[in-house]
Amino acid sequence: MKKLGFLLQKEFRQIFRDKTILAMMIAVPTIQLIIIPQAMNFDIKNINISIVDQDHSTYSQKLISKIGSSGYFRMISADLSYQQALQHIENGTSDLVLEIPPGFERNLVREGSQKIGIAVDAINGSKASIGGAYLNSVIADFNANLEINQVTVPTNPAPAGFMDITYSNWYNPLAEYKYYIVPGVLVLLLTLIGGFMSALNIVREKEVGTIEQINVTPIMKWEFILGKLIPFWIIGMIVFTVGLTVCWAVYGIVSVGSLPMLYAMAGIYLIALLGFGLLISTYSNSQVQAMFIAFFFILIFILMSGLFTSVESMPAWARFISNLTPVTHFIKIVRMIMLKGSGLSDIKTELGYILAFGIILNGWAIWNYKKTS
Amino acid sequence: MKQLLVFIRKEFYHVFRDPRTLLIMFGLPVVQIILFGFALTSEVKNADILILDHSNDVQTIQITSKIKASSYFIVHGEAKDNPAIENYFKRGTVKCVLVFPPHFSSDLFHNGSARIQIIADGSDPNTAKTIINYLTAIISDYQRENFPSATLPYQITTEPRMLYNEDDNGSLNYIPGVMALILMLVCTALTSVSIVKEKELGTMEVLLVSPFKPVMVLIAKAVPYFLLSMVNFTLILLLSDFLLHIEIRGNLLLLFSESALFILTCLSFGLLISNTTNAQQTALLISMMGMMLPTIIFTGFLFPLENMPRIFQVIANIVPSKWYFIIVKAVMLKGLGFRYVWKETLVLIGMTGLLLAIALKNFKIRLQ
Amino acid sequence: MEDKVIVCKDLTKKFGDFYAVNKISFDVFKGEIFGFLGANGAGKTTAMRILCGLSFPSSGEAAVAGFNVYKQQESIKKNIGYMSQKFSLYENLTIVENIEFFGGVYGVSRKEIRERSDKLVEQLGLQQEAKKLVGALPLGWKQKLAFSVAIFHRPKIVFLDEPTGGVDPVTRRQFWDMIYDASASGITIFVTTHYMDEAEYCNRVSMMVDGKIEALDTPGNLKKQFSAETMDEVFYQLSRRAVRKDD
Repeated sequence: MKKLGFLLQKEFRQIFRDKTILAMMIAVPTIQLIIIPQAMNFDIKNINISIVDQDHSTYSQKLISKIGSSGYFRMISADLSYQQALQHIENGTSDLVLEIPPGFERNLVREGSQKIGIAVDAINGSKASIGGAYLNSVIADFNANLEINQVTVPTNPAPAGFMDITYSNWYNPLAEYKYYIVPGVLVLLLTLIGGFMSALNIVREKEVGTIEQINVTPIMKWEFILGKLIPFWIIGMIVFTVGLTVCWAVYGIVSVGSLPMLYAMAGIYLIALLGFGLLISTYSNSQVQAMFIAFFFILIFILMSGLFTSVESMPAWARFISNLTPVTHFIKIVRMIMLKGSGLSDIKTELGYILAFGIILNGWAIWNYKKTS
Repeated sequence: MKQLLVFIRKEFYHVFRDPRTLLIMFGLPVVQIILFGFALTSEVKNADILILDHSNDVQTIQITSKIKASSYFIVHGEAKDNPAIENYFKRGTVKCVLVFPPHFSSDLFHNGSARIQIIADGSDPNTAKTIINYLTAIISDYQRENFPSATLPYQITTEPRMLYNEDDNGSLNYIPGVMALILMLVCTALTSVSIVKEKELGTMEVLLVSPFKPVMVLIAKAVPYFLLSMVNFTLILLLSDFLLHIEIRGNLLLLFSESALFILTCLSFGLLISNTTNAQQTALLISMMGMMLPTIIFTGFLFPLENMPRIFQVIANIVPSKWYFIIVKAVMLKGLGFRYVWKETLVLIGMTGLLLAIALKNFKIRLQ
Repeated sequence: MEDKVIVCKDLTKKFGDFYAVNKISFDVFKGEIFGFLGANGAGKTTAMRILCGLSFPSSGEAAVAGFNVYKQQESIKKNIGYMSQKFSLYENLTIVENIEFFGGVYGVSRKEIRERSDKLVEQLGLQQEAKKLVGALPLGWKQKLAFSVAIFHRPKIVFLDEPTGGVDPVTRRQFWDMIYDASASGITIFVTTHYMDEAEYCNRVSMMVDGKIEALDTPGNLKKQFSAETMDEVFYQLSRRAVRKDD
């Protein structure tokens, strides 16, 4: 035990002497937490639309002005033909084209239905499809509010079957994206720092040769490993605290659920992560190699962990992979505790996963790491 | 000339002999394509939903089966009263609860309307919105089929066409972005690391002392990675075409030329980075970890650039992948010709020129 | 009869069919300065790693400071010191911090560490540099400091792996003075080196060629045996016959 004390003393001295570490601990989380959620904004505004009005009727003009005043759209052009409007899509200035056919108003009244054409720049991804959905709802609204559609005389019996749908959002009534993203980014940061900094540190010892020196001393295998993990665990918890502070100060996000439990979960997650870092270090002989491996996995983690896209929507095989990443589970836990106030019994499945990861990763890493051959 | 070839061949050996480099060079793109192509989607599927039916009328049961039949939802059993709902959300068991009040049927027929309540887990706002939309659509559909009189007498319907993507292939949106991302990261990182490695090992000095002109040294470093990146690009294209069934509409020659240009830009950037440090790990930290998130964000393929704060949009302009992304979308997916992308091409040329100039100047200075 | 601090009998280490160390037998006595020589690839490092408890032999027996290399590696480590050319001290820690770390790891009490540390710094004349990072020291000082740290905990044996590489002749001489002092105080020195003039400084010398010990005696006797003027020549004659020349 005393040896461990000396080991930790040395590690901390070395770590804090390295200015980049301090920068990473404070500056990087803060900057990333501030930048990333701001950049990740799925609220769609300024959808560029080109209109082809071949009817020039009261209805068509009313519809157009309704679209314009809805606040979602930016009218780019009023074109004479669909072909002309298409140019705007081709050169990227428009996301949508709305085509009102000739005789729109007249045919609607006479026949009871009319079709309006919408062309969506499907390459533009979410913006386009969401833009299409907004356009549809504006049109539907317009449709419902047409005088010809107002039932002025209530007939008896009243026409049956109208289903009035009401919706509410729990935990995030305004449906603000930041509540979803910020905890995720926090987890991401913790992962980057906890998982990979420790790997780099250990590999650096390997590279320089200092590990050999440690091997000759009476320091036991487990003491060495603890001596590496404990400092980074502490740093990870500090980063987590900094991150939570930024969440509160910049975004006004405070945890709904128990803060101590959140910390406890973070602590367990860090242990699993550190095990992962240790594991990587046993498969690398140089820092560059460690970084390559780490990077490969980071990217997969970021994408598959439910940070940006939902895990349930993935095909079964992808969900399987996602469940194999500890990041996925911790993101769930953090979101559940912070946003919904979930308690211990609620998160026990995810907790189970993380505990399992902690044991497996650390066990594997320790087994790999041999002092004698 | 022969020495140059020897040097280039050596570089190829370096790459192919280290499995980890290969992992990054080729494994990463393949994995990305597969993930983006198959796993990631902004659609909502398999959403867990709880249906609270306080009426158990014909209509509610019919609506429930309609929802069950849709592939978007997985319907869970029923709970009897409200407090339980909170537990479902807290546990993350369901994302949404649909509530049918009691006397649904009689309300519908005698009062003309009945209420349906949808409660969504707002902690994931996008999914919540989408679920609400889907549910609303299913209910409206049911309503239209069974109670035509409740629908509007005059119907305006829309006929949407998804341009360039008639098959509604979800991965289409991501692939150009993935291309830009991979090329930028891999090319830049590997180039800068390889140059810095020579500096670190001291072999750079040996080269510089040789009859090789300094510029030739850099060229010799750049050529292998240029070729490898082109191969990488081709690999991504092939995967997109055969695995993801994305139609490549544009002129292949144009596409390849633009990509070659972009690769050059990335190489120059790698060169620049290699000038700033003598340690491999620093070069890697900067070019990979440092560039990763900015590239993902500022290329604009995951999140639309137009939505970002103004300052971000300005910053995005100096990120080469943003311009390449526009080019790839236009040429590969829309099938447009050069006259649509000349502006972006010019920007890339300019950036390459600038980066190269700075890199070379710095390189020469260090020799003094 | 002097104590034997290292006992080796038919010690063998093989990797597949390759015999890195092939049945070597030798003893080292307490207080000796024992030179362990051989070309690169001859098997020196492998043998030394076994003796330091870093590696298991394939067969044969060996005991270091009375402890068995198979079963008591941890005890061996407690009783030895080690210094290699590649690395010995942490460059980004100060002199005092390095001493503190290594002293503590070997079980020296904090009080003792402080006392001995002050004395050591004084002895080496490094009072001015005590708070400086080791990385800032010139190589010669680093080597000397590294040696002092290696024997700080007063081990029975200290293993030196090419300790004087890259250092100027004056510093080398000073270094060997330190080795003599340590030997005089009862510490056994087990040193490998490429510098054949250093071989002359040792009490006894062994030479490994192709995994086997081809010579084991005092420098004087070896020179007579091979009719050589210098150890250099002895080495040359022996290794000329070697099959394995490099790692």
